[in-house]
Amino acid sequence: MNQDLIYKKSIKRNIIEFLLNTIAITFTFIVVLPLVLVLFYVLIKGGEQLNFALFTQLPEPPGDDLLSAGGIGNAILGTIIVTTIASIIAIPIGVGGGIYLAEYAKGGSFSKFIRFGTNILSGIPSIIAGVFIYGTIVSTKIIFGSSFSSLAGGMALSILMLPTIIKTTDEGLKLVSDNLRKGALCVGASKFTTITSITLPTAFRPIVTGILLAVARAAGETAPLIFTALFSFYWPQGSESFLEPIASLSVLIYNFALEPYKAQNELAWAASFILIILLLFLNLLARYLNKLTIQNK
Amino acid sequence: MNTSAPIENLISKEKIAIAFENVSISYGGNEAIKNLYLNFPKGKVTALIGPSGCGKSTVLRAINRMNDLIPDCKIKGRIFYEGSDLYDPNIDPVEVRRRIGMVFQQPNPFPKSIYENIAFGARINGYSGNMDKLVEKSLKKAAVWDECKDKLNKSGCSLSGGQQQRLCIARTIAIRPDIILMDEPCSALDPISTLKIEETIHELKNNYTIIIVTHNMQQAYRISDYTAFFNAENVDDGEGGKVGYLAEFNETETIFGSPKQKITKDYISGKFG
Repeated sequence: MNQDLIYKKSIKRNIIEFLLNTIAITFTFIVVLPLVLVLFYVLIKGGEQLNFALFTQLPEPPGDDLLSAGGIGNAILGTIIVTTIASIIAIPIGVGGGIYLAEYAKGGSFSKFIRFGTNILSGIPSIIAGVFIYGTIVSTKIIFGSSFSSLAGGMALSILMLPTIIKTTDEGLKLVSDNLRKGALCVGASKFTTITSITLPTAFRPIVTGILLAVARAAGETAPLIFTALFSFYWPQGSESFLEPIASLSVLIYNFALEPYKAQNELAWAASFILIILLLFLNLLARYLNKLTIQNK
Repeated sequence: MNTSAPIENLISKEKIAIAFENVSISYGGNEAIKNLYLNFPKGKVTALIGPSGCGKSTVLRAINRMNDLIPDCKIKGRIFYEGSDLYDPNIDPVEVRRRIGMVFQQPNPFPKSIYENIAFGARINGYSGNMDKLVEKSLKKAAVWDECKDKLNKSGCSLSGGQQQRLCIARTIAIRPDIILMDEPCSALDPISTLKIEETIHELKNNYTIIIVTHNMQQAYRISDYTAFFNAENVDDGEGGKVGYLAEFNETETIFGSPKQKITKDYISGKFG
C-alpha cells in the first residue's frame, strides 16, 4: 500500500478539521439543549397535574383554597374563542391582501409599500399590538360601551396574524405557474374566475399552512391579551361574552405562575402543558400540509 | 382599406377570419413586429414560421389579446375579427378569448380532474347542455378519448405530456371557439405525440380556423394550407436590436415549392434560422 495515501491523524490539516467539527457539534448541542429542556420541563411539570377536572372546572381565585386551584376549562375555551375571533378578522383581510399583492398589484410603489409595511408589521413586538387596541378600542369603550372584551383581544391578535397570512398568501400564489393563469384566460375565464377557480385552489395548501402558523402564534401570545381581553374566573356567558373580559391560557399562566400559592403555580404548569400541546399540534399540522404541497409539485 | 398589401388578393374578403392592418407591436421601446398586413383565411390552417425573434408568437398572442398580460406591450394599427377592431376600447378581452382559444407551448392542464378540465371552460361560458356528452365529444375530437375514458376523475396532470397537450386542445374545443391559436404546441413533445397532435389538427381543420406557430418546417408543410414566413432585420438603434416583419405569405405549396423571395427559400432550405 502506498504510504502517502493513508489517513494521518497527526498532520495539521486533519487536526484542524477535527477541532472545528467538534466545536460545531458542541455548539449545535448547546443550541438544541434549551429547546429540549423547556419542552420536557413543561411537559413533565404540567403532565403531572393532568386530570379530567382540569378541563371541566373553573380556576379559583388565589388564596381561597390552599389545596386546590380548580381547573382551566374556561381558559381553554377562552383561548379558542379569542383565537377564533382573531382568525375571523385576519383571514379574510390577510388572504384578500395577499391576493391583491400577487394577482392585481403590478409591482408599483403602492404594492412595494404594502410589502414593506407587512414586513415591518411582522416584526412589531406583540405588546405594541396590545397597547394599540387598548388605546383605540378598550379605553375609548367604542364597542357598545364595553372596555376589556374578547372582541378587543381578538382584534389585538389579528394584528399579529395579518403579516404572516398576507405573506404566505402572496408567496403561495406567486408559486402558481403563469401558464395556468394563461390557460384559464384562454378558455374565456375572467380574472376573477381565474383567481377563484384556478389559482386560489392550486395555492390552497401553502395558504392554509400560513394561516395555521399564524393561528399558532396568536394562540400563544400573552402581552396583547393582558391589555385587551384581561382575565375572567367564570365561563363565557352566551353572546354577551364577546363584550366581556375572557380568560385565556397564556394570561392564566402569567397570572398564576407569579402567585405565592403552590396550587395556583401547579395550575399554571398544567395550562402551559395544554398550551404547548395545542401549539405543537398546530405546527405539526402545518408541516404536514406543507409536505403534501412539496410532494405534489 | 389598404390595397398596397400584396397579399390582399389572395383571399376573398368574406373568407377572412382575422385581418391585420398595418399592425406594429412593441415591448417597452423595442419593436417586435412592424407594419404587418396579413389576412388569415377562414376554415384553414395557417402556419407562422420564421427564425427566433421574428415576432411570430407576438402576432399570435395579439389575436386573442394575450399580449394584454405583458406590461408595457403596445400595439398600433388594427386587427379585425368579424368586422370589429379587437383593440377598440369597448371590446371585452374575455369575450374575445371565448371565441379565439389558445393552446400553449407547455401543456398546462388545470390541476383538476380530466373531466373538470373540460367542463370548467364550458361551464363559465354558460354551457347548459349535457356536460358528459360535451366532455366525451371534446376528448374524441382531440383524439385523446380512448386514453382517458376510464380515468376521467383522475387529475389532468397524471397524463403524459402528449396526452396533456391533447387534453388542452380538447379543453379549447369544448368552449366552441371560432379560431384556435397554437403556439408551438409540439415543441415540448416526443415525435409520436407530435404525430398524434398533427392528426388532431387535421381532424379539427374541417370545423375551425387554426393558426399555428411552429419551428418545425416539415410540420408546417404537413399540416398547413397557408404559410406566413416572418423574418427579422436589424434596426439601427446602436444596440443590435431586431424587428420582425412579414417576408412572404402564400399557400403552403407555393411557399415550400416556389417561394417568390430568396430569403424565404434560404430559410426553408435551412441556410439560416
